Amino acid sequence: MRMSLSTGNALPVALLAGLALLPFAAAAADEPFFTAFFARVLIYAIAATALNVALGLGGLVSLGHALFLGLGMYSVALPAHFGIANGWIHVAACVASCGVVGILTGYVSLRTSGIAFIMITLAFAQMGYFLIVSLKQFGGDDGMAIPVASEFFGFSLGSPDSVYGVAFCLLVALTVWIARLRSAPFGMTLRAGRQNARRVASVGLSLSRYQLTAYVLSAILCGLAGMLLANLNAYASPSSMSWMVSGELIVMVVLGGMGSVFGPFLGTVAFLGIEEMLKAVTEHWMAVFGILILAVALLGKAGIAGLLARSGRSNSPARKGAKGPLLAESGVQP
Amino acid sequence: MSALLQTENLTKRYGALVVTDDVSLTVEEGELHAIIGPNGAGKTTLINQLSGELAPNGGAVRFAGKNVTAAGIDRRARQGLLRSYQITSVFDEFTVRENATLAALGTQRHAFSFWTSLLNDQKALEAADEGIAAAGLAALADVHASDLGYGERRQLELAMALAARPRFLLLDEPMAGMSVQESAAVVALLQSLKRKYTILLVEHDMNAVFALADRISVLVYGKLLVSGTPDEIRNNAEVRAIYLGEEEVGHS
Ligand SMILES: Nc1ncnc2c1ncn2[C@@H]1O[C@H](COP(=O)(O)OP(=O)(O)OP(=O)(O)O)[C@@H](O)[C@H]1O
Ligand SMILES: [Mg+2]
Repeated sequence: MRMSLSTGNALPVALLAGLALLPFAAAAADEPFFTAFFARVLIYAIAATALNVALGLGGLVSLGHALFLGLGMYSVALPAHFGIANGWIHVAACVASCGVVGILTGYVSLRTSGIAFIMITLAFAQMGYFLIVSLKQFGGDDGMAIPVASEFFGFSLGSPDSVYGVAFCLLVALTVWIARLRSAPFGMTLRAGRQNARRVASVGLSLSRYQLTAYVLSAILCGLAGMLLANLNAYASPSSMSWMVSGELIVMVVLGGMGSVFGPFLGTVAFLGIEEMLKAVTEHWMAVFGILILAVALLGKAGIAGLLARSGRSNSPARKGAKGPLLAESGVQP
Repeated sequence: MSALLQTENLTKRYGALVVTDDVSLTVEEGELHAIIGPNGAGKTTLINQLSGELAPNGGAVRFAGKNVTAAGIDRRARQGLLRSYQITSVFDEFTVRENATLAALGTQRHAFSFWTSLLNDQKALEAADEGIAAAGLAALADVHASDLGYGERRQLELAMALAARPRFLLLDEPMAGMSVQESAAVVALLQSLKRKYTILLVEHDMNAVFALADRISVLVYGKLLVSGTPDEIRNNAEVRAIYLGEEEVGHS
């Protein structure tokens, strides 16, 4: 896909460019809070982008992706607990655990669809959650501190700045990849499956293999976000793998625009940004937040990215059949 | 000629209702074989069992000498057994060309490529554009399927089947709901596809069936009543009785 800089992409690209400069500005202004806050935004944007592969492209409504975020966190926390700081070992643990758990839970979950799929992914995530809670020697409910950060060839993720830098690069790389993936055979097969699963089989493609691959890829990428989060907080706790986190990730993707390139990023910025602002204003922020999300949901399934693409197109007369590259697809798996 | 597709005592039941009743059908390589029968006779159900979408309760399906009864629809498609749907079933968010290219790719190779655009797959694209041109959609290749008219969507169904470069085409009422001009175009298309592909055509338009078919099978209440040449069918007393009231069978 050629990435034309239409009005639809202009805002997210500008936002990303701004975020590239943010740590320098925060350092100059002596406001380290901003670096830490936006590092969190970037990390959740990675997780949301990861979820978008399964949810947005494939229509697989997983309510269990916090499990993979958690596996990523404990892939740092457990080795670190035993004094292993080698980041490559953390990555290997993350890819292996998310990969294996992804294959197993995906294989079972994909035998169902619709509500059953949502419930079964939720059930698996809850099993993982309670397993971690029951491991008292590793902090149980309270979670565990991470004494040493991941270290790659001497580069340590011990500071918010370094986590920020890695998260930023990973998000940009992922976003570029999603832009390609959407129109590559793999992405097209997933999108076709979301529109009409039966038809995919009749053109000769075995949809479930592609969906399982998407689910596992999505799980591993989500795990990487978890690794970064663990390093940022220097802490791993079961609370970041509760089902509410899975729900929030879905909201971020839907808010931004399912299946679109920048949607998950925009949705995360909006979600965490609004949350932070409301928290500062009122203690009843959750109620206000709920109403806001409802309003956006009513705006349409295309989310913020769809809104931007539409406003970008209204300048030029819409040609029959022309759709903006960002126009998110609607609908989930039946 | 040799049999390309064969069913042996194929049976499908829904509860007490026998929708496919002990059907043994043979389609020769290269022929255009039509299936006719009243509404609800079980034509679509039969096609679904041939394509692999529906598992029969008994009997077997053989394709190109192999027993494919247990093979799923995607495997049969990759072996060259392609179908079109009575109820249009295309990917609405994709353009005509994307629809056809995905269909072409599906029978050529796997879709495990994560970077290069589907439309950069020259081999698939070539087959897709051939199918699109044959189905008469060349001018609309870049239009989204959702923006096509009803008849054009039916044409896209055909384009997708053709893009897969099939050995055998299962066509379930390709002209259903089309305008007179559009169906005439499809009849001309089928005429040109005849001999190039082996075709099993389900169609209610008797004029089209009798003009196109080499052989015709009549399905009634799930049972294969008779198979024969158009002339044999036209003069068959039982068939005439069933179609009584529909003027004269196949008179054009
Ligand atoms: N899933 C199902 N469950 C129960 N009965 C079914 C099912 N599918 C089809 N039938 C019944 O099987 C019979 C044959 O249906 P089918 O769609 O195959 O007929 P058809 O010959 O294609 O009809 P038409 O000419 O209207 O397309 C009908 O009586 C239908 O009601
Ligand atoms: Mg039918």
